[in-house]
Amino acid sequence: MKVLVKRNSAFQEFEVPRYPSQTVLDVVTYIQRVLDPTLAYRFACRVGMCGSCAMTVNGVARWTCRTHVDKVVKSDQMEIAPLRNLPVIRDLVTDMREFFDKWAKAKGQFSGSLTKKEDFQKVKPDSPKRVAVDAGIECIGCAVCYSSCDVVAQNPEYLGPAALNRAWTLVKDERDSITIERLRAVAGDAGCHSCHTHMSCTEHCPKQISPTAAIAGLKREVSMALFRKIL
Amino acid sequence: MNVRAQAILWTAQRASAAVLGLCVLVHLATMIYAVRGGLTAAEILTRTHGSVAWFAFYSVFVLAIVVHVPIGLRSVLGEWLAWRSPSRDWALAVLAGFLWTMGMRAVLAVFG
Repeated sequence: MKVLVKRNSAFQEFEVPRYPSQTVLDVVTYIQRVLDPTLAYRFACRVGMCGSCAMTVNGVARWTCRTHVDKVVKSDQMEIAPLRNLPVIRDLVTDMREFFDKWAKAKGQFSGSLTKKEDFQKVKPDSPKRVAVDAGIECIGCAVCYSSCDVVAQNPEYLGPAALNRAWTLVKDERDSITIERLRAVAGDAGCHSCHTHMSCTEHCPKQISPTAAIAGLKREVSMALFRKIL
Repeated sequence: MNVRAQAILWTAQRASAAVLGLCVLVHLATMIYAVRGGLTAAEILTRTHGSVAWFAFYSVFVLAIVVHVPIGLRSVLGEWLAWRSPSRDWALAVLAGFLWTMGMRAVLAVFG
């Protein structure tokens, strides 16, 4: 199989043997270990938990450790590039700081009001709020959604689908104590109101999360806060 | 512009879109109904002159346009031309004034 790997804005060609159940990460690892040890890429768990191995495969952002070559290669050629919308450090490694800094800007940290001296708050697993949290909580921070988002490409200040999805899971968390501050952080031109509902994030999320639904929920919550004059 | 104002703009654009949807339907239906018997523009104007109801309807239509268009253009200018400075909002305020002037000029012509 011919594999084109993007390095320093140009594609370098490699010939990689095909194996049954071969993943895209297997292909990149083969190139680095057998053909060219200078190739830089990032991975850790190899089982779809850590979110570190995402790359652009044939033009689509994917988690490479769980993407089988058979699924993405129609002819006998594959193109691998770093994630879009993030600065490239080297070869297939992107700088994720901007991505995670935006989680912090969206107030993505949990903030409860109880101390360890009090009994823990009981949350019913089947309550509507908890169900909404569960729908978005399994994000692994792979940045596939961020890379697939055209609004991020056009507006560098935009917080992006992952950070907004994280904020949504906290807004719906009954234990959350800074909901209004969080809504202020995610509203406006850099936040949920810039989303055009293209749904690229939802289509490409490897965990089948819908950041689009989370962002729509944030828009609703912000509108309600506006009407109640508490924003 | 602060975040609260940005959120209000977003809400205003959605609300004005709902008003526009209704206004466009009424406008199109009226046009189709009015011309089906071969009425000329001059004959239609004689019927609209002095009608407070049509004046009120088209004033609301113009107002919805004045609200909706500049807010939409604000996003387009920000994303396509990276024009995000306060000058963008001033320019769009001028555009809103222009749209209102031209729109009300047409409405007044219909009213008489």
